[in-house]
Amino acid sequence: MFKVKVFIKRRPSILDPQGKAVEKGAELLGLTNIKNTRIGKFIEFNVDTNNRIDAEKEVNDYCKKLLANPIMEDFEFSLEEVK
Amino acid sequence: MKPKFGVVVFPGSNCDYDAFYVLKKILNLETEFLWHKESNLKNCDAVVLPGGFSYGDYLRTGAIARFSPIMDKVINFAEKGGYVLGICNGFQILLEAGLLPGCMLKNNSLKFVCKDVYLSIKNKNSIFTRDCENTTTLKIPVAHGDGNYFVDEITLKSLEDNNQIVFQYASKEGEISEKYNPNGSVKNIAGIINKNGNVLGMMPHPERCSSSILGKTDGALIFKSLANNIFK
Repeated sequence: MFKVKVFIKRRPSILDPQGKAVEKGAELLGLTNIKNTRIGKFIEFNVDTNNRIDAEKEVNDYCKKLLANPIMEDFEFSLEEVK
Repeated sequence: MKPKFGVVVFPGSNCDYDAFYVLKKILNLETEFLWHKESNLKNCDAVVLPGGFSYGDYLRTGAIARFSPIMDKVINFAEKGGYVLGICNGFQILLEAGLLPGCMLKNNSLKFVCKDVYLSIKNKNSIFTRDCENTTTLKIPVAHGDGNYFVDEITLKSLEDNNQIVFQYASKEGEISEKYNPNGSVKNIAGIINKNGNVLGMMPHPERCSSSILGKTDGALIFKSLANNIFK
């Protein structure tokens, strides 16, 4: 079994109004060095197979077809074997 | 001969009864609800994907509804030329399903916007707008948090070249400018159609302004145009 962590990020060309609004909060807190806040998603789950190649293929499909929208998001993931 | 309409109901749809009411009670068309778990379209000639918050907008708007069992049938129906109208969340589902290009981002204001807007009709040849020939703008309400339509430049050019932009946010007189854009959409886009002209997605809600008792009837023009021209 593998434990998977997926990071989904907005593509650099896509504006992130949410990130901008949150960054305004940083300014209000007096955190003046915070720049380029961008908000993405972090998703974790398990894949129930012992074959890493199969697991990677399934995770890739999951990300491409459902978890991320390739028009506006990029994704990356990591697999860690668990017992 | 009158066409038969189907209104798809997803868990979280909330404009399904409004759309059903307009089609059945105001336009007197045969209309049926299509539960999202069903696997046939009951011989409908046109399908409406209504507004709402299917699957709670989890992950992304429309992302999970797109995999509902009935969507395979809707995609197949659309690919064969069947008429599909996606309103608000229905539009978002059409984007996720790949029946229309582009995607929806959060409104640039970050606020949920709920108000009447005016739409300039850029394409009056589509089956959905053919009967709007003598109309400059339509007054139709929007109600959404994720209506900021985005598409890359190449696809935008292809939308323009193929006359696929149907509605744009405008002034009452039809002037298109950023100040009439409620959500930050590229080119003030409020509604687009596919290349074949049988699938329309729009953020504003025509089903909420189709009855004189509500004081506004511009929305009915879109349903009527489709119903009147399906068998022509």
